[in-house]
Amino acid sequence: MKRILLLMIAAFSLEQIVAQDTTSMVSGLEDKITSEKVTGTFRSTRVINSHSTEMLHKGEMDFRILHRFGSVKTGYKNLFGLDNASMRLSFDFGITNNFMIGIGRSTLLKDIDIFAKTRILQQTKGENEMPVSFLVAGGYIVTTQESLAPKNPTIVDRSSYYLQMIIGRKFTPDFSMQLSPMVLHNNTTLNATDDQTIIGLGGGMRYKVSQRIAIVLDYNYAIGKLDATIKNPLSVGVDIGTGGHVFQLHFSNATGMNEKGYLTQTTGDFFKGDVRFGFNLSRIFRIGKKQKTASQYLLPTLKEK
Amino acid sequence: MNTKFLITVLFVASSFLGMAQNKFFTKKASISFYSKTSVENIEAINNKALAVIDMASNKIEFSVLIKGFEFEKAMMQEHFNEDYLESDKYPKAIFKGSFNEPVPAINITENKTLTLKVSGSLTLHGITKPINTVAVLQIKNNVISAVSNFKILLSDYNIKVPAVVGNSISKEIEIKVNTASLVEMK
Repeated sequence: MKRILLLMIAAFSLEQIVAQDTTSMVSGLEDKITSEKVTGTFRSTRVINSHSTEMLHKGEMDFRILHRFGSVKTGYKNLFGLDNASMRLSFDFGITNNFMIGIGRSTLLKDIDIFAKTRILQQTKGENEMPVSFLVAGGYIVTTQESLAPKNPTIVDRSSYYLQMIIGRKFTPDFSMQLSPMVLHNNTTLNATDDQTIIGLGGGMRYKVSQRIAIVLDYNYAIGKLDATIKNPLSVGVDIGTGGHVFQLHFSNATGMNEKGYLTQTTGDFFKGDVRFGFNLSRIFRIGKKQKTASQYLLPTLKEK
Repeated sequence: MNTKFLITVLFVASSFLGMAQNKFFTKKASISFYSKTSVENIEAINNKALAVIDMASNKIEFSVLIKGFEFEKAMMQEHFNEDYLESDKYPKAIFKGSFNEPVPAINITENKTLTLKVSGSLTLHGITKPINTVAVLQIKNNVISAVSNFKILLSDYNIKVPAVVGNSISKEIEIKVNTASLVEMK
């Protein structure tokens, strides 16, 4: 009997401790969050080929190495395309947190491309919610490979321009989506019958399957007259992030890695197995000034006696 | 005359007693943490932590928003939130604890430094673990403040570090807490 009584007392006092523990002294002090930036919508500044809603921070340089191998359809004799590789090397720079520029060079047609991207709206949550991020990107591409028709084309003939809007939203911590319509103008087209101005409706998605691995999808639907051999570029892959590196491994029907290349020069049919393995490697370096750090704040520290 | 004196003494004494039992708070406590390895030193600070110290019940409570930690590298801050602390899922870190012994009567006008043992629990990344540390309470020029240091293991809180960056992130993280000047709660 005594034991039961003791147990009951113990149980009651325990309950009291637990009950006390759930009461929070700080809960009344909390300020309402009026606006909190939603970050990490995508892992990298590109979904796969397309510009994403992500920006470099001020003072960051992103060195990107992109590879697209040959078509897996070529079979074992070509090691499923690994015998052929097309590359794009690029350097992107974060000028401010909302403005970045970049320059890249592709082995395909020896294209050189430059771009600028700016963030106009940033998705936020809280009382002053902004449901989407809105960015604008513009770029210029010049083909430097010789023997293009017409003979001895001028730099103007070899030029392409594009302007793109990117509207994206991180719906849940794991799922993000973006739409990126683009207007692209090629002064010289791949096929004589192709339209010079093509509209591309881009769509990108990311789903995080673990803390560091995400499945990504990048698609562009071309509007305008293009030859029947030109297909809409579709890329599906995984993002693997580890610290300052991002690896993107994917399958894509596009070989071109700039806007002109993937939108108007993709010839493989994704659904007929004419895809190629590819990877993007991004390494971010800090070249500008660092932010204020903990030890730079003057923290009065007390010494124990 | 005697009664008047007695009343005065009692009045003064009770006011002191009242002071000793007050609750103090701040919305500007600093919480910083340090990861030191031979490859890289990483540190971050949050100057907007909430803190309440209740002298009457001996209780201490801290609450801090994970997203408010500022790093030297903005990218690191993003990864800290996205990959390590998952701040969308676990937005806050909370410490609830108490002084192991009753706090001696505090007179705000008297400069004094008290070293007190503290025990409690830290909830971080959805996991609650016990913490035992020492806090130093200082009363100086009518201002009361408190500081404390302690260490935590990332593995205790299920914060996973990928092998590739394993050398640049310490398994043990040092945490520094500084309330700066505490305000009396009314």
